[in-house]
Amino acid sequence: MDDSNPSPVRRLHLYETILLFAVPVLFVVYPFAVNDYYIDIGFYFGIYALLGLSLNIVLGEVGLFDLGHAGFYAIGAYTTAILNTKLGVPVIILIPVSALAAALFAYIVCSPIIHLRGDYLCVVTIGMGEIVRLALINNFLGLTGGPNGVYNIDFPSFGGSFVIDSSIEYYFLIWIIVGVSIVGLIRLQHSRIGRAWNCIREDEVAAGTTGIDVRYYKLLAFVLGAALAGVAGNIYASKLMAVSPESFTFWESCMMFCIILIGGMGSIPGVLIGAAFISLFPEIFRPFAMYRMLVFGVVMILMMMFRPGGAWPRRRGGADLPSLFSRMRKSHDG
Amino acid sequence: MTDERRTTHDVVLETKKLTKIFGGLTAVADFDADVRAGEIYSLIGPNGAGKTTVFNVVTGIYRPDHGNVIFKGADITGKKPHEIVRFGIARTFQNIRIFPHMTCLENIMAGQHCRTSAGLWSTLFATPQKHREEEKIRETAERRIRQVGLARFRDELARNISYGSQRMLEIARALATEPALLVLDEPSSGLNAGETDALMKFLRELIANENLTILLIEHDMNVVMGISDRVAVMDEGRKIAEGRPEEIYNDPRVIEAYLGSEDD
Repeated sequence: MDDSNPSPVRRLHLYETILLFAVPVLFVVYPFAVNDYYIDIGFYFGIYALLGLSLNIVLGEVGLFDLGHAGFYAIGAYTTAILNTKLGVPVIILIPVSALAAALFAYIVCSPIIHLRGDYLCVVTIGMGEIVRLALINNFLGLTGGPNGVYNIDFPSFGGSFVIDSSIEYYFLIWIIVGVSIVGLIRLQHSRIGRAWNCIREDEVAAGTTGIDVRYYKLLAFVLGAALAGVAGNIYASKLMAVSPESFTFWESCMMFCIILIGGMGSIPGVLIGAAFISLFPEIFRPFAMYRMLVFGVVMILMMMFRPGGAWPRRRGGADLPSLFSRMRKSHDG
Repeated sequence: MTDERRTTHDVVLETKKLTKIFGGLTAVADFDADVRAGEIYSLIGPNGAGKTTVFNVVTGIYRPDHGNVIFKGADITGKKPHEIVRFGIARTFQNIRIFPHMTCLENIMAGQHCRTSAGLWSTLFATPQKHREEEKIRETAERRIRQVGLARFRDELARNISYGSQRMLEIARALATEPALLVLDEPSSGLNAGETDALMKFLRELIANENLTILLIEHDMNVVMGISDRVAVMDEGRKIAEGRPEEIYNDPRVIEAYLGSEDD
């Protein structure tokens, strides 16, 4: 039984090549072409992109229904807010600290529930998100400021000389972080870790009997997803200079969920499309603000009917970039 | 099947008084077996005899209520499935369980997971070790996909290939874990006559060319009689007979278990 034939190296479609170069250029040029209001829209697009990427690890790669992701976002934001206002820790140092705090929280909270499947896990994560929000409202340990939240958070600064305080600086801060995250996530997708995640999504029992430690990789997804959400929380908190519980409602978790559903499970371009939709949609439909939710609902239903895989489903096989590059490298070596 | 292989009676897998109870039902009772290195050992019996339960206990999906599973001298009773794979036992399922939305090659690459170790940091920073390991994973998977004759479907989603091909894919994935013992649960079910013949030929070549032992559940008597070195018969959770295929074929207890006794 031998039918070896080398797989043809499929080339990227023309539109993909164009997008690959045009999109980053567009992102760099955009803030110089518009006023602060539109730059801020671009900033929130970036926040949702980061949140989408973080939920995409859990929901898209591993298929775990997590409807409490705003909880991790909140932990990151409040870690930054509290440590900065009470102890004066610089915001820039608090980026990794917030990521670690959210990751640790995810590890502790998810360890006992990680074996739950599908809907059951979903319900527990909803509860987790709500408990976080209620704890914040109830002025947990006297630190969270109750319904008013925490305010007077500093701007991030690099040693005092360069302070990020304008819209355009925030825009670049968030998109550089999104860009770095995308590089990391693409590397993960094309590693044994990414494959292990996908195997678990496809068939948990088969993943176990193929040698994958299901529990470990599920927890890793939650911890990494929470860490990225924690980073988003940090940037958000310093941008607004204040945090309050109303930013971290169940609705926020739903929005992140929608980003993945709209874009396509496990698809990074899909996350960007979904995040663009979520953040730009309210702006475009501002004149019809009354009907916004109606249109939103109709769009979601139409998506599920006609494009259940999302706007840009993940493509697998020989056509993706990293495997293309690795084959190119190989052919140069040989 | 060389004589050398028949004379080496190293026991690879041993079950000692294995018992599994579901509620009030004893699915497996005091099941003893010893599978020797390099043989094809088949487990047969009527539906509900407990064959698949034995497999599930051996591969760690169920924890036995009593008894032990010894693999190459190590007690692996109650270990988790992924740990057991690392010990060297790989399996397939009666109802194929591939990863449908991954490509055929990715399915097989997943089998290499337990033989590789790149972690989070080496992946995020794309270290040279990670690259080398990834190359090794890919080479192993390419070799296995050619071995089962599915190389042309390399980049095809696993759910798009035929049922018979999916079965071979599942076997290739199991082989990619570099097992010492391959546990196959009804590999011929759902295959047509031609595919079954090809499967038998494949398994014979496999056992002849690789350092491997096969434990098999099978309903197709042609397959059982055609490739087994030894056969064990189960009925109502117990082993009622064991021996070479031709011995089993004529054993009155076996005929009774399958067809009922004359008194009935």
